[in-house]
Amino acid sequence: MANILALVELTHTGHLAPSARGLLAVAARLGTPVAVTATAEPLGPETVAQLAELGAAHIHAAQFPAANSTLITPLVDALADAVGAHAPAAVLIAASTDGREAAGRLAVRTGGGLLADVVDVRMAEDSIVTEHSVFGGNYTVDAQVSGALPIITLRSGAIDEAGAPAAGELLEVTPAPSSTTNATIESFADVPEESSRPELRGASTVVSGGRGLGSAENFSLVEQLADALGGAVGASRAAVDAGYIAQNAQVGQTGVSVSPQLYIALGISGAIQHRAGMQTAKTIVAINKDEDAPIFEIADLGIVGDVFTLVPQVIELLKART
Amino acid sequence: MKIVVLIKQVPDTAEERILDPATGRLDREASDAVIDEITERALELALSVKDGDKSTEVVVATMGPKEALKSIRKALSMGADSGIHVLDDGLAGADLVVTASVLAAALRDTGADLFIAGNESTDGRAGMLPAMIAEHLGLPLLGSLVAADISAQSVSGQRATEAGTQDVSAAYPAIVTVTERFAEARFPNFKGILGAKRKPVSTLSAAELGDTGQISSSVLEVSQRPPRTAGAKITDDGNAAAQLVDFLASRRLI
Ligand SMILES: Cc1cc2nc3c(=O)[nH]c(=O)nc-3n(C[C@H](O)[C@H](O)[C@H](O)COP(=O)(O)OP(=O)(O)OC[C@H]3O[C@@H](n4cnc5c(N)ncnc54)[C@H](O)[C@@H]3O)c2cc1C
Ligand SMILES: Nc1ncnc2c1ncn2[C@@H]1O[C@H](COP(=O)(O)O)[C@@H](O)[C@H]1O
Repeated sequence: MANILALVELTHTGHLAPSARGLLAVAARLGTPVAVTATAEPLGPETVAQLAELGAAHIHAAQFPAANSTLITPLVDALADAVGAHAPAAVLIAASTDGREAAGRLAVRTGGGLLADVVDVRMAEDSIVTEHSVFGGNYTVDAQVSGALPIITLRSGAIDEAGAPAAGELLEVTPAPSSTTNATIESFADVPEESSRPELRGASTVVSGGRGLGSAENFSLVEQLADALGGAVGASRAAVDAGYIAQNAQVGQTGVSVSPQLYIALGISGAIQHRAGMQTAKTIVAINKDEDAPIFEIADLGIVGDVFTLVPQVIELLKART
Repeated sequence: MKIVVLIKQVPDTAEERILDPATGRLDREASDAVIDEITERALELALSVKDGDKSTEVVVATMGPKEALKSIRKALSMGADSGIHVLDDGLAGADLVVTASVLAAALRDTGADLFIAGNESTDGRAGMLPAMIAEHLGLPLLGSLVAADISAQSVSGQRATEAGTQDVSAAYPAIVTVTERFAEARFPNFKGILGAKRKPVSTLSAAELGDTGQISSSVLEVSQRPPRTAGAKITDDGNAAAQLVDFLASRRLI
C-alpha cells in the first residue's frame, strides 16, 4: 500500500492539535499513514504513543533546533524531507492557519498539486478524489490532481472518524533547514483551555450570538444556553467586531464553517455571509425580535421575540427536565 | 518604501454566487464583481503607511479577466500610485499552482520592500497563494495578522492561530497577510476618482512571464444543494420558550 503523509501539528508546549485524529483516519483510508512532525526537542514517548493510537504506522519526526522560533518553514522542511523518504501518494494537512501556509509552500517546493479546504476524501479507481463544499455549502465539488503529488488541506471538524491503532514506528531525522529567509516567532499567547466546552469546529450543537446581544456582559447568555445544551459557542462577525467574544468564535464566510445537528442563532439577522457558515446545519432555530430578519428564511423553528426574555426561560425549562 | 498590494476581484458575497455545473468555474455573469473585502483592508493598511510617509509608493497587482481593471482603477482612486494587471485568456481556469507561479513571476522584479495580501479569498478560501508566492520568491511570510507594525527597518505583528496568538517579525523584503480584523477601507474621494484615470497600469500576458507550469488539479463533478426552506415561525406570547424546548425534544436534540 502507498504511503500517505499526515502533517501533525504540535503546539509550542507539545500538545497534539485536534486535527491529528481526522488526518490520520483519512490517511488510513488511502494507504499507510505516516505522521510527520517538526519539533525542537525529540518527540516524547507519550506523543509517540498517542500517534500510534490514532493510527500512525510510521512517525517521521524531524528535529530542528529553531523549530519554536521559526514560523512555518520547519514544517515545510520536515514535509519535504518526508516526501523524499517515503515517496507518498498524497500529503494530508489541516486547513489551519499554519497548515495552509505549509501546504502552499510544500506544493511550490515539490511541484505538487493542491486540493484546498476539503471536506471528504475517497479512493475512486486508484485515484484520490476530494470533496469540497463551496460557496457556503451551496455546491459540492469533486476534484482530483493528476500528474503531480496531491497535497490536500482538510477542513477542521469535517472528518469525525478515528483510525485503528497502528505500530507508530519512530523514525528520527535531522534534515538541514532550508535556506529561505525566515520569519521569527518572538512570543506566544495561548488561548485559555476551555476544557468544559466542545470545540466549535465539529461540535454537534452550536449556540451563536449576534449584535442583538448588545454587550460583552449580555453575551454570557449565549454561553449559558450553550452550556445548558452541552454545545459550543459561536458568533456573528458583528458580535466579534463589537468585542463581545474572541474572533475564533466567528461563524460564516470568513469565519468557521459548521454543520452541527443543532444551530441556535440568538440576535443574529442572518446576513448571507453568516448563513454561508451554518446553513448546512441539520436543524436551525432562531430567536430575533425583527419578524422580517432573513435568518427566519432558513430556520426550522423561528421565534419572533426578545432573547433577554426567552433565553433565561429556556435555560430554566432545560434545567427542570434533568 | 515600496509596497505592493495583492488585490483580487471576486463575486460579491452579498449575492448568490453561481458555479457552472459543467466546468466548476464561476459564472461571472451571475453576480457583481467587487474587490475582495479583505484585500481592500490590505490596501488600506498600505495607504495608512503612505499617509504617515508621503514617499511611500503603493502598487496594486492582480491577476484576473478584463473586468478586473475596474478593481485596479478603484484602488488607484483610493490612493494607490500604479497598477499591475496580469491579463491572459489562457489563464482562465488556472489553479493555485499556476496562479502562484504567474503572480510570483509578475512580482519578482517589482523591487518591493513589502507585499501585502489577504489571508484568504472569499471565493476560493484556499488561504495559500501568499505562502506560495513567498516560497517562489524566497521571502519570509507573516500570515494571518490581526495587527501589524510596519517600520522602516522591519515588519512585525500579531498572528492569530487556532492555538492562540504569536508575536512575529521579519526583515524586508517580506510578505504579510491581513485578516478582516484590520480597518475597513476608505472611500475614494472626487479628486481620487479623477486622478485615477491618469495613473499608470501595466498589463502583462502569461507569455511575458515565462514558463509558469501546468494545471494539475481538475474538477470532476459539481452538484448543487437544494435550497433550504423556512419552517415554523411563531411569535412569543409567553409560551415560546416552552414550544422551543418541546421542538428540541421532538427532534431528540435534548
Ligand atoms: C466579505 C464579508 C465577509 C463577511 N463574513 C462574515 C462572517 O464570517 N460571519 C458573519 O456573521 N458575518 C460576516 N459578514 C458580515 C455580515 O454581512 C453581517 O454584517 C453580520 O453577519 C451581521 O451580524 P449580526 O446578525 O449579529 O448583526 P445585525 O445584522 O446588526 O443583526 C442583529 C440582529 O439582532 C436582532 N436583535 C436585536 N436585539 C434583539 C433582542 N433583544 N432579541 C432578539 N433579537 C434582537 C435584530 O433584530 C437584528 O436582526 C461578512 C461581510 C462581508 C462583506
Ligand atoms: N488572482 C489574484 N490576483 C491577485 N491577488 C490574489 C489573487 N488570488 C489571490 N490573491 C491574493 O492572495 C490572497 C489569498 O488568496 P487565496 O489563497 O486564494 O485564498 C488574497 O486575499 C489576495 O491578496
